[in-house]
Amino acid sequence: MAKTAVKEKPVKVRKKYRFFKPREKKLNRSVAGNGLLFFIMAICGFFMALPLVMIINNCLKPLDEIYQYPPRILVRNPTLENFTDLFTIMNDSWVPFSRYILNTIIITGLGTVGHVILASLAAYPLAKHEFPGKKLLFNMVVLSMMFSWTVTQIPNYMIISWLGINNTYLALILPACAYGMGLYLMKQFMEQLPTSLMESARLDGASEYQVFWKIVMPNVKPAWLTLAIFQFQQMWGNTGSMFLRDEQLKPLQFALQQISAGGTARAGAAAAVTFIIAAVPIIFFLACQSNVLETMTTSGMKD
Amino acid sequence: MASTEALTVAKKQSKLSYQIKKNKACYIMLAPYFILFFLFTVLPVLASIALSFTYFNMLEFPTFNGWNNYIKLFLEDDIFLVSLKNTLIFAVVTGPISYLLCLLFAWIINEFSSKLRTLLTLIFYAPSICGNAYMVWSLILSSDRYGYLNGILIKLGIINEQKLWMQDAKYILPCLIVVQLWLSLGTGFLSFIAGLQTVDKSLYEAAALDGVKNRWQELWYVTLPAMKPQLMFGAVMQITQSFAVADISIQLAGNPSVNYAGATVVTHLLDYGSTRFDMGYASAIATVLFLLMVGTNKLVQKLLGRVGE
Repeated sequence: MAKTAVKEKPVKVRKKYRFFKPREKKLNRSVAGNGLLFFIMAICGFFMALPLVMIINNCLKPLDEIYQYPPRILVRNPTLENFTDLFTIMNDSWVPFSRYILNTIIITGLGTVGHVILASLAAYPLAKHEFPGKKLLFNMVVLSMMFSWTVTQIPNYMIISWLGINNTYLALILPACAYGMGLYLMKQFMEQLPTSLMESARLDGASEYQVFWKIVMPNVKPAWLTLAIFQFQQMWGNTGSMFLRDEQLKPLQFALQQISAGGTARAGAAAAVTFIIAAVPIIFFLACQSNVLETMTTSGMKD
Repeated sequence: MASTEALTVAKKQSKLSYQIKKNKACYIMLAPYFILFFLFTVLPVLASIALSFTYFNMLEFPTFNGWNNYIKLFLEDDIFLVSLKNTLIFAVVTGPISYLLCLLFAWIINEFSSKLRTLLTLIFYAPSICGNAYMVWSLILSSDRYGYLNGILIKLGIINEQKLWMQDAKYILPCLIVVQLWLSLGTGFLSFIAGLQTVDKSLYEAAALDGVKNRWQELWYVTLPAMKPQLMFGAVMQITQSFAVADISIQLAGNPSVNYAGATVVTHLLDYGSTRFDMGYASAIATVLFLLMVGTNKLVQKLLGRVGE
């Protein structure tokens, strides 16, 4: 970590406001209560896990089991045929698959990182400063989430054409950076931070930007990791077919859905596609979520 | 008189410009997000509201229509009133229950050790992350004897012949509500989990000293008040979700569904917007829905102000 004027004091500050203290021992917990909670979670967990179980089993089924009637959830003779099929189809593709993957990395990556940074940057003054227009801006963001996106699509398309960014990556990335939810989420978490935390950094001569990067953001790490999960899911699910006309610009999601729309003979490959489409956000989810849940322990140790 | 007025106005202006100058850093931090936000969210919303006063078939230029869309919506469109009723039932039932489920499960998961926590979070978030995961319900609610629900109920002797869960107007709405509840652990749930991580842990120690006896008291007197910002956020997300139910209804019950039993405001909107290409009318529906959500939001925020008192 870079040593700056800000960095020297926070050690003391953090001790005072132990935001992420490790929770070694929980107080006020009874054994009976623990047992009850475990029981509830086991039963509910069974139902919640159904889609995961189904997707994993489906992609391992040979064709005859996929079309079996009545349908079974569990696979009998697991095979990797569906994946070899899928890779054969991918290799025959007119645009090389690596290109689709690159497109997805650019669109999903910039859309996620851009949104998290811009929304957090805008959320900080809304949460911790008083200035004219603050209430108006914030209310607009909250209310904007309540308007049905179906009818805003046409005006949106016109604005994107007018800006001349139609058929470019920007047509997907820029609107994604301005979703309302991220700002609202970040603002709510930043509001919880004690103002004195920032005051002491300012007394040490930190600028607002330094306060933001060095004090605010590390302290709301669970919030922006959670936001990243939401945004990644959103961007990954976007086929971009509304704005992207060139095949070379389209994301992986589009190509994969094209394959699974291939009819009866492709049902196996389609099951493999469903698995991949679900697996990528799940891996991202696990990476972020385990960090959300570990934040306290690690930053607590630095105390 | 005039000169003093002018003076106060000038004072106010200088105060305002002083304020703006003082908070220059704030505005610079706000600028990138809000420029994009105005372009891609505020403008389209305003344009849609304007379109709701026109006839617009997406081919010809919109023509001004006055209040006609709204008059038609409330006085002539019976299906809209049915869909409005269904949406309200949906929102009143699933909204509060989903919200409490999110909170309950987030809190229970937080009680477990940190290794189990990630796994449990994944399992409970799975329906939201697996794309159209609710399709598993088309197996369960399948209308023949092989449908899981029919099969189990027949085996147990509760019913004699299979029920047409998604084709019988009586069952569509209750079934959709169950599916929606199953799907409800989404945005609010994850934000609650993150919120629980940021509660100041010394509060718990202090509460234990102050005589908090068990985890339930701790939840009400310490955890919930400390999580108020997340509770507000979760409520808004819940409102936007439970009033905008459409996908599950269209996928499981079809659009239009039997006797419009599964019609919601948004399925009605999609019907006009993407099937009949009457964008003016669809915009009017969206505007009404928007006002409904804004009103509900006001009410809910007031209720949440009382948590932990």
